[in-house]
Amino acid sequence: MSDVVEKTLTALPSLLSLDSQPGSAKLSTNSKLGSLIRGITELTSKHEEEKLIQRELSSIKEQVSSPNTTMRQMKELMVRTIYCEMLGYEATFSYIHAIKLAQQGNVLEKRVGYLAVSLFLNESHELLLLLVNTVLKDLQSTNLIEVCMALTVVSQMFPKDMIPAILPLVEEKLNHSKEIIRRKAVLALYKFYLIAPNQVQHIHNRFRKALCDKDPGVMSASLHIYLQLIQENPESYKDLTASFVTILKQVVAGKLPMDFNYHSVPAPWLQIQLLRILSLLGKSDQSTSEVMYEILDESLRRAEMNHNITYAILYECVKCIYTIHPKSELLEKAAKVIGNFVLSQRINLKYLGLKALTYVVHQDPRLALQHQMTIIECLDHPDVIIKRETLELLFRITNDQNVTVIVEKMLDFMSINKEDHTTADLVGKVAELAEKYAPDNEWFVETMNTVFSVGGDTLQPDIPNSFLKLLSEGFDDEEENKKLRLFAVNSYISLLQGEPSKLPQRFLQAICWVLGEYSHLREDVEPDLVLRLLVKLLNIKSTSSETKSWILMAMTKLCSGGAPLSVPLEVSETYSSSMDTMLRQRAQELQYLSQNPELQARVLPRGVSQEPMEVDSSLSFLDGFVSEALAAGAAPYKPPHQRQEELSRSKALSLEPYGLSLPISMSSCSIADRQSPTLLSVSSGLSGDRTDHSHKGGSTTLKLDGVRRVWGKEGYLAQRESAEETAPVEAPSPLQPLVQQGDGDASYSQTPTPIPECEQEKQQLASSLFVGLASQSSVCLMGKSEQTSQRFRRKLKDPAASFPSSTQNPLVSPPSSVGHLLLDSSISSDLISSPEQTHLSSVDLTVANGEVELPDRDMKGIKSTLLREDSALAAGSSPHEELDRPKDSCLTSHLPAELSGLPHSEITPLCTSPSLDLSSCHVQKDDSLVLLVFMKSSSDYDIQQIQVQVTCEELEVSCVCDSPVEELKSHGVVVCQYFLTVKSPSVYFVLSGMMSHQIPDNSLQETQFSHRIPLTSFLRPLRLSTEEYGTMWLAFSHDTKQNLPLMMDAEEPLTATLKVLKDKLQLHVVEIIGNEGIVACCLRQDQPCLLHCRVHAGMLAVWLRSPIPELPDCLLYHCQRALQES
Amino acid sequence: MQFMLLFSRQGKLRLQKWYVPLSDKEKKKITRELVQTVLARKPKMCSFLEWRDLKIVYKRYASLYFCCATEGQDNELITLEIIHRYVELLDKYFGSVCELDIIFNFEKAYFILDEFLLGGEAQETSKKNVLKAIEQADLLQERVNSVVPVHGPTSTSLSL
Repeated sequence: MSDVVEKTLTALPSLLSLDSQPGSAKLSTNSKLGSLIRGITELTSKHEEEKLIQRELSSIKEQVSSPNTTMRQMKELMVRTIYCEMLGYEATFSYIHAIKLAQQGNVLEKRVGYLAVSLFLNESHELLLLLVNTVLKDLQSTNLIEVCMALTVVSQMFPKDMIPAILPLVEEKLNHSKEIIRRKAVLALYKFYLIAPNQVQHIHNRFRKALCDKDPGVMSASLHIYLQLIQENPESYKDLTASFVTILKQVVAGKLPMDFNYHSVPAPWLQIQLLRILSLLGKSDQSTSEVMYEILDESLRRAEMNHNITYAILYECVKCIYTIHPKSELLEKAAKVIGNFVLSQRINLKYLGLKALTYVVHQDPRLALQHQMTIIECLDHPDVIIKRETLELLFRITNDQNVTVIVEKMLDFMSINKEDHTTADLVGKVAELAEKYAPDNEWFVETMNTVFSVGGDTLQPDIPNSFLKLLSEGFDDEEENKKLRLFAVNSYISLLQGEPSKLPQRFLQAICWVLGEYSHLREDVEPDLVLRLLVKLLNIKSTSSETKSWILMAMTKLCSGGAPLSVPLEVSETYSSSMDTMLRQRAQELQYLSQNPELQARVLPRGVSQEPMEVDSSLSFLDGFVSEALAAGAAPYKPPHQRQEELSRSKALSLEPYGLSLPISMSSCSIADRQSPTLLSVSSGLSGDRTDHSHKGGSTTLKLDGVRRVWGKEGYLAQRESAEETAPVEAPSPLQPLVQQGDGDASYSQTPTPIPECEQEKQQLASSLFVGLASQSSVCLMGKSEQTSQRFRRKLKDPAASFPSSTQNPLVSPPSSVGHLLLDSSISSDLISSPEQTHLSSVDLTVANGEVELPDRDMKGIKSTLLREDSALAAGSSPHEELDRPKDSCLTSHLPAELSGLPHSEITPLCTSPSLDLSSCHVQKDDSLVLLVFMKSSSDYDIQQIQVQVTCEELEVSCVCDSPVEELKSHGVVVCQYFLTVKSPSVYFVLSGMMSHQIPDNSLQETQFSHRIPLTSFLRPLRLSTEEYGTMWLAFSHDTKQNLPLMMDAEEPLTATLKVLKDKLQLHVVEIIGNEGIVACCLRQDQPCLLHCRVHAGMLAVWLRSPIPELPDCLLYHCQRALQES
Repeated sequence: MQFMLLFSRQGKLRLQKWYVPLSDKEKKKITRELVQTVLARKPKMCSFLEWRDLKIVYKRYASLYFCCATEGQDNELITLEIIHRYVELLDKYFGSVCELDIIFNFEKAYFILDEFLLGGEAQETSKKNVLKAIEQADLLQERVNSVVPVHGPTSTSLSL
């Protein structure tokens, strides 16, 4: 209906403007607000408005601060102030009065007061603290309206630190007899959960009660919390799946009161919320998904009315169906819905259809093929939003055959797009595609040139980095590398000969680096020419000083081959007196190295294969120097924030006991004297951490940010810097397709050419866009698209490092080449003509065909994802008890000898495949955690080439032996060891893994699994003296405070509580003094966390500090659990 | 939902509600840019925008634009219906609501919004319940000029 109404509406204002104006005249006399508004509308210029409002504000200011103003007048004044603020004029003076009005007014005035507060302040505003008392009072009021108002403001904003003050009152409201109060209380708790999840941990079972509330409003409010909780940890809420399904069933069947209907659809908001929850629960979990198939089918069937709201539900259903474990009938129906959306005449639906296609295209590429003509039409849609979404879709279906066309479309769009955010995004995507699928050198370099020029300085810094990395590390084929580099050099020389002043700085930096490294490859060009080009660049005014240092570095590299020395000398002389220390440094280097060819050759060897260099980031080679300096009486190093702290302390009254700050110098001296590597690395690790903080004037610290590390243990590091900035994790990329592109040229060159028949043109475009699409045989779930794209990344030279290890098997061709041969097995061949199908071997063909035809069966059989909660924690008892208990005696006998004496966790099954059983346990070593994966063969034949990959974002996983297990005898057992260390702390670490092995018919079986390890397994006691503790305490900046329950029934509550923590979490109790205790622990030696515990008002006030930002919060969570359980 | 803005065809802000903490400067910048972007769009165009990293859902009712910013996973169509339900609520409360009603009684419009959406989430989707809550609070209101339905030059009712 809205379309029709909208049409009439747009025509209405012109009709109505003929009316006389009695209404507005009457209004203007009504109130002061009225006259203000009317006054403003009469003005003609912005300047006049400004004057009027300023006058108004100063009169308001005068009145609000007058003691004679009544609360009633205050209310009126506040409304006017809100209006002024909305027009964009600041009225900070009134904030405090808004709080006063909420505090002192009667119900009506209070209402406006609260409204003003919620509009003026945000949750970090300090004045909000003044509201706490008012809220407390109103929450206890007998007037329901006051309680409502208090809850309303609390659900919008509340200072995080003050939550404990009102939490009991809000909790109490969950049992209120009025549903509106219960509902608002639930939403207030939701808000608390969002800003401080730790605070509401103990009331999770209250949420369950809210979910079962008889009032549908309260129940649907509780779903907001559940959506959040389930998003974070779906495993813990699987038991609720059936309840959610039942609720949805009832809603769909119309069991709710009619009030909740919206355009005769029952409670659509509720339905959508439930669908979102279900999709999270069913994601990669077959048994849970099965529970919901029926209701999803029912929802699809019921939503047939032609109204936006039913489309909203359908859209959510489709998303859910594609997220959960697939069921073919539902997928079919969902695909039909997507089709209807895409073909719809309504633009909003078309947009969502494209969006849905983007989601599902990995799972079902044929769906995109079905709608290819619509997609082509959308590419030329007048609405940029549609165009943009279409490009997003194309981005997802790019392969090495259609990359040129798609990138061209994207570049076209960028040239007309004005918005920075979109450009930055698209540029990143083009760069990614170019790296992955470039058909040849020229195209790659030219596309990257466009990326750099268009992206300008909004470019993500990792784009030039990875580009340079790609150039420097090269591929397997040296000849090809040389060609690529040479082409880049040629292209850049001609760019510099043109008008380099127009190029963005980042591009110039990349150019400089390439010319410095590789211009020698072009034998016909004298280094002198390149040098002169660089000097020209140096003299351009707009060149930034960062770029200048790149230029100087490039020159340093170029000056080796006995080039005439005049140019570099001149340049280095100019810049050796530069104000910029970086430039001065570079100039010095240039000067010395250009005069000393021998040294130059040693420092900057040319054409040497570049091994990753180890960088000693803790600067341990300076230890000797530091201790000498300290011995000679130098002041010990203090991190900047500590200095600031001391500075502020010297100004204010000192509230810290003297004992803590005094021993700093003593203890750090002693550390340095002993040259203890571990403790020193703590402090130097800190200085690294701190570099992002602003350095106040006169600081003597090393500035490490923005400064490239030039000297390392081994000497000069200049060559490595691009690789250094990005973590050197991935191995160099074998750019095979550059080599193998030969016969595919025909399809690349099918760019749309102007042919009179428009249709024909589109057809042709379609064939070049959708070529090779139906080949992606893997059925992957929506959320896993990242993994699939990984599959196609060429960056993985070492197959052992690649996650899906299908490349291991020489007989199964990698998916990208599978792509070529499937062209006509599933797509009508008139659309796509590809010449290379015939070249492929028959073995490939059968394997690939098998995969395509039976994707469902294969996947169901092979891929089973299991997630095991770590048993030590699930049982809720101490890791020690659990660890010492031998469980699976059969497998424990396979524990490696060197680990057998150490405590290990229970051996839990990870996953099973038809021929292999995987189980795992972890062993606590003093300095790390070792994950053991037991592979037990259950088949009668020998299994070959077993490969187990374990990854986790937050952990560093290193495998003891990287090579695959060659052979596993029938019914034998093999053990793999993985060393785990924490990269960034998290409450639980979820390791995901993939096991693959070869079965006798040479095909490859893959099984995924995941394994959860709590943070507690990584915790180790940190044994410190009280002095050392004091020093470290001051050095750490990330802190968290929280009250924990105290064991009141014990004789000495503090000692008893700390003992529990010590036993369960392996903390080290440093000292207990009176009602305070200090405790320390660490993950690795350089990841400590200190706890300061104090008994206060029957609670244990804990204050945690650590150099690692996330650590205090995560540790706190486990402390809380440990204490709750005991 | 991250925020909701109501503005006129002339780009004048009529109502703003922010559910995420932002500085005044950011709010002003976002408002200015967004109003410009939305006003530049033609009537037949898509109601959804990807703008910076937000998803914008907007709809025009007579001379007034209602504009919501949501996060990635949110359902665009249901957001559009949230706007519509809000307009329905305003309409029921003011009786055939028009832009002037909202200008002159903007605090009422805020109260209704707070009963409907709380902290950025739909709080109560039953029209009856929302209005009941508002009426209860209003009962205490003095009888003087509380809600004067106005119809003036630009008083095109927002339509349903």
